[in-house]
Amino acid sequence: MTMTFLAPGFADPSHDAQRLFRGVLDAFSHPGRIVELRDAPAGPGTLSIAAIGFLLTFADRETPLWLEAGVDKQEVRDFLRFHAGAPIVQAREAATFGVIVAGGGEPFAGFAIGTDTYPDRAATLVIEVPALDGGRSTIWRGPGIDGEVRVAIDGLGDGFWPAWSANHALIPCGVDLVFACGSRLIALPRSIAVEA
Amino acid sequence: MPDTTIQDTLPQDGAYNYAYLDEQTKRMIRRAILKAVAVPGYQVPFGGREMPLPYGWGTGGIQVTAALIGRDDTLKVIDQGADDTTNAVSIRRFFARVAQVATTTHTGEATIIQTRHRVPETPLTDGQILVFQVPIPEPLRMLEPRETETRTLHALSEYGVMQVSLYESIARHGRIAKTYNYPVMVNGRYIMSPSPIPKFDNPKLDRSPALQLYGAGREKRIYAVPPHTPVKSLDFDDHPFEIETWTESCALCGSTESFLDEMIVDDDGKRLFVCSDTDYCESRR
Repeated sequence: MTMTFLAPGFADPSHDAQRLFRGVLDAFSHPGRIVELRDAPAGPGTLSIAAIGFLLTFADRETPLWLEAGVDKQEVRDFLRFHAGAPIVQAREAATFGVIVAGGGEPFAGFAIGTDTYPDRAATLVIEVPALDGGRSTIWRGPGIDGEVRVAIDGLGDGFWPAWSANHALIPCGVDLVFACGSRLIALPRSIAVEA
Repeated sequence: MPDTTIQDTLPQDGAYNYAYLDEQTKRMIRRAILKAVAVPGYQVPFGGREMPLPYGWGTGGIQVTAALIGRDDTLKVIDQGADDTTNAVSIRRFFARVAQVATTTHTGEATIIQTRHRVPETPLTDGQILVFQVPIPEPLRMLEPRETETRTLHALSEYGVMQVSLYESIARHGRIAKTYNYPVMVNGRYIMSPSPIPKFDNPKLDRSPALQLYGAGREKRIYAVPPHTPVKSLDFDDHPFEIETWTESCALCGSTESFLDEMIVDDDGKRLFVCSDTDYCESRR
């Protein structure tokens, strides 16, 4: 029998979750803004601190999780099952939240986009990226942005921004994204048009 | 008139979780808020809880505030612009008690402002969150009582019925007679009820640097307008949207730019006009 150690979750669940939620809300209210999730737990290591912080803040037994193969490790499953209580699912369409590693093809295919009558029933995807700046420059416009903002997320594949344009065109349906790197994140709600 | 800084330092009531709601409920509300921000103007259903006050007294706004609030926040609560009315005082003391949060009457000092039926006169800034208490979130409800139908109308962006109702108002009164809860188009997609604020406040919603969150407790809906988002009051080319104007100025501070309430001050029916926004009015005296 092997002993595995579970990484700690929130030290102070109510206040930690509140603080991280406000960080994520700030990011969603200001797409393109780099937000630091202060004092989020480190987690088991495979996922970024920002991804762990996001999932512990929002995921629970009511929100099925989908993990890409690259991050679908036993220690990640154990950590999220224990601290968030979220069921981990194989089918993308069943997931409320998904964790994706940047660079793959068809990043959003198959995830729930909501319906015209219930566009809120769409997945939110956390995309692990190597850096939130220094990549290919893009121009973002839409709700939450005063005019336009330049964002240069690194490590996204060639097909990524065309796929985003197709997602944005589904409005009011579509998935919402969070780009995570280290303890920082950038949110990209479906309402934002990106000029790549 | 209210103190400028209120010290509602009450001991934490150990019988309740921080900010009254349990963590599971807060997570559910937080997920709804995130989707509301992602789809500006769309009413997200949420599992509204029973709150320790009746529907109509701000149960939706309180649940949104409870999901937001933390120890670093400074809370301001207004009712019709005033910090010192029953609803505002009770909600402020509620959060001082269950969330040990600092409270204020100054718009500029607040990080969260919960409001019933007004938008503060002082311009809001980046980082502030305005939480509206909403009685009837569905702007089409008085025109189409069936939820299934209004939901379809929103899905199809089929808003002819609203334009017809505004046209009928012009045909009957010579102008759009609606003075509060005046419908707006958010980001060119969803018609939204701005809650029963006077139409005087509608222009303040347009491209505001603050985040606007709307909570309806009885109807169990949350919706949002992110910062810098276009919010257009509905009108016609030949009947453009106009706000209320007064020939009087505020009897206390002399303002000619704020929303004025008409007060009857004695048995002879003598009238005065005073600012509805008490903090704004005091800051000018």
